[in-house]
Amino acid sequence: MSIPVIEARGLTKRYGTATAVDGVNFTVAAGEIFGLLGPNGAGKTTTILMLLGLSDISEGQARVFGHDPMREPLAVKRRVGYLPDTVGFYDNMTAADNLHYTARLMGFGAAERREKIAAALARVGLSEVAEKKVGAFSRGMRQRLGLAEIVMKDARIAILDEPTNGLDPQASIDLLELIRSLKAHGVSILLSSHLLERVQSVCDRVALFNEGKIALMGSVAELGRQVLGGGFAVEVEAESSDGLVMRLSALTGVRSVEMPAPGRFRMVCDRDLRAEAAAAVVAAGGRLKQLSLDQPSLEEIYTRYFQHAQEEARHAA
Amino acid sequence: MRREGSPWQGLGVVVLKELSDHLTGARMRVLELLVVLTALAAVYAAITQVRDSTAQDPFLFLRLFTTARDPLPSFVSFIGFLAPLMAIGLGFDSVNSEHSRRTLSRILSQPIYRDALLFGKFIAGLATLAISLIVLWLLVIGLGLLMLGVPPGGGEVGRMLIFLAVTIAYAGVWLALAMLFSVIFRSPATAALVTLGLWLFLTVIWPSLAPAIAQAVVPAEDQAGLVITAQMLARLSPSTLFGETVLAILHPTTRTLGPVYLSQLQGAVMGSPLPLWQSVLVAWPQIVGLVAATILLFVGGYVVFQRQEVRA
Repeated sequence: MSIPVIEARGLTKRYGTATAVDGVNFTVAAGEIFGLLGPNGAGKTTTILMLLGLSDISEGQARVFGHDPMREPLAVKRRVGYLPDTVGFYDNMTAADNLHYTARLMGFGAAERREKIAAALARVGLSEVAEKKVGAFSRGMRQRLGLAEIVMKDARIAILDEPTNGLDPQASIDLLELIRSLKAHGVSILLSSHLLERVQSVCDRVALFNEGKIALMGSVAELGRQVLGGGFAVEVEAESSDGLVMRLSALTGVRSVEMPAPGRFRMVCDRDLRAEAAAAVVAAGGRLKQLSLDQPSLEEIYTRYFQHAQEEARHAA
Repeated sequence: MRREGSPWQGLGVVVLKELSDHLTGARMRVLELLVVLTALAAVYAAITQVRDSTAQDPFLFLRLFTTARDPLPSFVSFIGFLAPLMAIGLGFDSVNSEHSRRTLSRILSQPIYRDALLFGKFIAGLATLAISLIVLWLLVIGLGLLMLGVPPGGGEVGRMLIFLAVTIAYAGVWLALAMLFSVIFRSPATAALVTLGLWLFLTVIWPSLAPAIAQAVVPAEDQAGLVITAQMLARLSPSTLFGETVLAILHPTTRTLGPVYLSQLQGAVMGSPLPLWQSVLVAWPQIVGLVAATILLFVGGYVVFQRQEVRA
């Protein structure tokens, strides 16, 4: 793994007696997309605000490019672009003027500003509406304008809080495409979301948040192995004679076989056993209708994990 | 360990942006129109009154500000009433609107400190008020020159300038108060209501409430104590301070703003005007009080704002 650009060690945030974020550890490597996932109120936004120096850290340490966001917030904020959850702009100003204001705050000169803003707006596909008031913009356009701000800033890290929240499917696909293109330009990305499916497609690694703690961390495939007991899930749909379950279970490398519905079988195996399963069905005199290998989905990992956690809690009680 | 970088970074940018928002905003135009129309009516009435009666007054120009003609109050009382209104109109939604538009976290994630944002907004508000008040002040003087046909003397110009500065400081108090509430209350409507309520209370109710409280606290035999306590209590209101300052500055014969003992009057020529700096001295505590109130209220807002969570 390359040098981390973001490091959190034992990061903790307390509000009075409530603990919003509880001893969180993670690192984001240069050039990767790291996802903070979890239900609303799990502490994702609070973690982000602490990394930006916008909220005090109760305990623990954060480093962004080696800078402490509490003590050197300007150094951190110069290098990090932030797209807040449902980003807002000044509605009575045009898109370009909104960016001009933030560009001035960043300390860019007039000529540099014009050039960067034009380039950034072109990159997110808002050039045509640059002189339109933001008041008339849709949600997706605002999010894109927010990304344009990060592009203009030349940020080395982009922190995106719920970037696809409330967007229609097409708008969120476009936005994820833009996020990928940011990564292609060498920007490290930290994004938070509760929409697991969308995020799975872009993240290199994810951290699952639950009640202020990181429950699981790693790439989606790693988490799948960890939570779903590893292995490959093969789904078989077949018009079958009896005893197919027995035959499938008898294959070497099969750990378990379930029958969620008549004629449908789900097997968890050590390796990809699709060919063997097909042969078994035919040998049993059945008619094979469908055969598929399931990639572990984050959604599944997530629900499975929390089911486990709840059951354990019940047992403990 | 000191925090890195200057708290003023980005201040100028914020000031210019807010100033242009104020000066181009519809709200400001309405307030401006209201103030100009009412104030000019008051001045016009004063001029006709002055022409009729006091031709021999050595401070003819100051009469423009202080003379009332029924049914209109004087220019000074108009300004004492409308300047706070303007200040509150500019300040009541300065911070909470950034919350509700969800622009705050985006702006604060730029390389600036919160100090720059809040102070920038205050300076821009004060500058807007100063610009409007100066324009109004020049209008009044121009009107006076045209209609009275007498140029003001040096002392009068000095007094009018001080009056202008005091009015700006007075408006600053209400601006700082409005901004404090705009930090505390997330809803601009609540902030506006609370600020206006407090303003009405301090301007209209408090001056009449102060003697009643004094009577309850001080024993009835202590006549001097009663008067002094009532006055001290009344002076907690910025409007009282403003009224007293204006009295001292624009009425050169004012020798004191409090009760006077007979011994202090020995050798005084009653009714003769004080020199300019003596008048300033008479009102000095009030002027300092106005400036101090502005600073205190701003610092209060600053402290709350620094500790506030950014998220909506």
